[in-house]
Amino acid sequence: MSETKSRKNKVIVRVPIVLALIVVSGLLIYCVDLLLRPKYMGDVTEGALTAEYYEAYGEHDVLFVGDCEVYENFSTVQLWKEFGINSFIRGGAQQLVWQSYYLLEDALRYETPDVVVFNVLSLMYNEPQKEAYNRMALDGMRWSTTKWNAIKASMCEGESMIDYIFPILRYHSRWNELTAEDFKYWFKKDLVSFNGYYLRTEIMPAGEMPPARPLADPSFGDKAMEYLDKMTELCEKKGIHLVLIKSPSLYPHWYDEWDAQMEKYAEEHGLLYINMLKIAESDVGIDYSLDTYDAGLHMNVTGAEKCASYLGKILVEKYGLTDHRNDEKMSRYWDKVIARYDEAKSAGVN
Amino acid sequence: MLFTSYAFIGFLFLLVALYYVLPKKAQWPLLLLGSYVFYYYAGWKFLFYILAVTIITYVAGLLISRNKKSADARFSEMKELDKSGSASPEEVGKEARKKFKEKEKSRRRKIMAIGITLALLILAVVKYTNFTIYNINGILSAFHAPKRINFLTIALPTGISFYTFQAVSYVIDVYRDRHEAQTNFFKYALFVSFFPQLVQGPISRYGDLSKELYSPHSFSGRTVERGFQRVLWGYFKKLVIADRILPAVNTMIDTPENFKGAYVFLVMMFYALELYADFTGGIDITIGIAEMLGIPVKENFERPFFSKNIAEYWRRWHITMGTWFTDYIFYPISVSGPMLKLSKWSRKHLGEKVGKRLPVYLASFIVWFTTGIWHGASWNFIVWGLGNFVVIMISQELEPLYRKFHKKVNTDGSTVYKTFQVGRTILIMSALRLFDCYRNVPLTFKMFGTMFTTWNWNTLGNGALLQLGISRADYVILAIGTILLIVVSMFARSGSVRDKLEKKLPMPGRWILFTVLLLLILVFGAYGQGYDASQFIYNQF
Repeated sequence: MSETKSRKNKVIVRVPIVLALIVVSGLLIYCVDLLLRPKYMGDVTEGALTAEYYEAYGEHDVLFVGDCEVYENFSTVQLWKEFGINSFIRGGAQQLVWQSYYLLEDALRYETPDVVVFNVLSLMYNEPQKEAYNRMALDGMRWSTTKWNAIKASMCEGESMIDYIFPILRYHSRWNELTAEDFKYWFKKDLVSFNGYYLRTEIMPAGEMPPARPLADPSFGDKAMEYLDKMTELCEKKGIHLVLIKSPSLYPHWYDEWDAQMEKYAEEHGLLYINMLKIAESDVGIDYSLDTYDAGLHMNVTGAEKCASYLGKILVEKYGLTDHRNDEKMSRYWDKVIARYDEAKSAGVN
Repeated sequence: MLFTSYAFIGFLFLLVALYYVLPKKAQWPLLLLGSYVFYYYAGWKFLFYILAVTIITYVAGLLISRNKKSADARFSEMKELDKSGSASPEEVGKEARKKFKEKEKSRRRKIMAIGITLALLILAVVKYTNFTIYNINGILSAFHAPKRINFLTIALPTGISFYTFQAVSYVIDVYRDRHEAQTNFFKYALFVSFFPQLVQGPISRYGDLSKELYSPHSFSGRTVERGFQRVLWGYFKKLVIADRILPAVNTMIDTPENFKGAYVFLVMMFYALELYADFTGGIDITIGIAEMLGIPVKENFERPFFSKNIAEYWRRWHITMGTWFTDYIFYPISVSGPMLKLSKWSRKHLGEKVGKRLPVYLASFIVWFTTGIWHGASWNFIVWGLGNFVVIMISQELEPLYRKFHKKVNTDGSTVYKTFQVGRTILIMSALRLFDCYRNVPLTFKMFGTMFTTWNWNTLGNGALLQLGISRADYVILAIGTILLIVVSMFARSGSVRDKLEKKLPMPGRWILFTVLLLLILVFGAYGQGYDASQFIYNQF
């Protein structure tokens, strides 16, 4: 009897010790894991964009989703300054349609914006492209079934879910590439975007673009369209206005056949589709000799401000978005963003 | 399912958890199920081979055991009848009983022979058919015959050499009356397929493994902890050392024309380290997993590179394979009728000195030939096996010379001499292992020769080491890992390192230490994307 009792006592003492040790070991491994993860604070800052969404203030009126043609071509600061629109861009480098869909689904766990703007260029991809882009788009997402599904839809050959669950399994070989930056941003990162907008100040006039290669099949792929449908349904279900745009980047080439498909799709689903390429110079006011930083592929800050002005006006007029500039808390938040924005602009961030 | 795959780690966690959560009577059936699931992932077609070997040897064991029992009963009955005088001495007398016993033993021997022949036939067909065709084609070519035999497409089932040998030893041991046959087919199937040792050994004996394999085991934190520690150490050896040095070895052996002379010496040393870390790492994982399940499995290594000579090395390297060959090939051959006749003949005609050795050397030759071909169906392995035979024989023949030398020069307790002996063992064994590396025997000899004809040692110091597919940082990790390996081996000379840690470090200290080891594996292991995950070398045998 006493033996059983002493065994029980031993177990009672041992269980908390073991639990504490599990926590300590877990923390230790987690810290090493954090150290080894890419920080995206130096050259390739796009990888830090996804996570910044969770630090933004308030519910957004407008949420952008898409690839580099959104996070580089629309200034969220301009939308705030000019219209009092609280917006955020959930965009990433070569962000695929399904990634945009799941990032939207993820955002809708926290808020319901009035308008979602989706840039349609990524419909050209029907298959996962590159692990590096997947990682930049998905690593920063908070864990949920949405992230799980996003990973499942995005994985390239050779990738595995377990590597996303335990990033140390993927990034462990970075131990011999660690730099001072990895230690500096071990636990806390700087903000690199302005509510998802990636500011560039340099100017490189648009040059001659490579000729458009003939399309073997002008239709968008099944998977791409399936996720566009899902996005449309999701927005409809939540009472959100979905706006399809093709931002005014000159390359990759946006084919007339693609444009026609988008127009048809928008018409069938009662959506607004704006091909800003067609009206870039006439209506948006883009000067391709001044407003791009990489010869017409993406807008610099002046181009992004022009795009934001043009789109913001339409969104306000069409959907009656509220001007939040009188909201004190929100204004304080945006003042800080603007201060960083102006500083970056004058410093010539590139 | 490779031991180093994420799927295996998940499988293992689930299995160990279920093993202790389910009722105890479900433990061995769970292990059987788990073992077959594990083997299924190696290729579902391979299940037929393991099932065939299991059925053949199970039936053989059962028939032998039944015959033995009924023969014993009949023998006792005959004895009683003889005593009581109720039957004629021709029927039950001493002579009749002797004849009966011999007849039954011969019957059992036949069953054993059929059983092991069938089991070995499967191994021979899948492993040696194409090698035989290769040799026949070679002979046809030598005689300028126009015809050639086409090679067959036969996949080599993972671990077949291991589980076949294990099953064969079971039949022989039943015949030798070392233990009774297992009547429960599923329990026997578990013995043959027990997953931790299925693909690379150790080659366990039924008498050693069966009791704990089928016994119920209660959860013990200490057992699981110790098993887990051993598993971690195995992963460290495999992922941090073996797989990290692998690209350098592959670079040098894939294009041997570019890596002669000093590089061959590097291949010797690097491959010895890779093979040791790979194979002992795999065995550590095997033994650790079994330990977590409360099942002790025999040790397969005893710090072989600390051996003072080759014979000792082979007593300490792949121990269960060595003892298997000794028990089931060397001894039976040595005491077989033809060998005893040869012994008699050779003593008479060649004199006592030579005549005494000839049968032993012949038996050894057969053992080493078999050891070689067991490792792989190629002349490389055969020559490697015979190379070991030659070295051991020479060493035995030189024994009188050594004795004379030691009489003149006292080397007792000399560290320098011991170091020389250990160094010699490492060099000889590493040189013989070159047969594993190069694609054929002539090339191996040629490459070995370049060590003495191509003098390019200076190039190694000029950055050439960094052209072998591994970086400076990799070398640093390898150096630290190897030092750790040697230090742990040295500590292990006076007993289990885990026992020592248990005595000196309280549980939290050990926990932190093994968390650090886990981190070392996670961070410095060569695994995942960007690495070509390699199979354990011995899985291929």
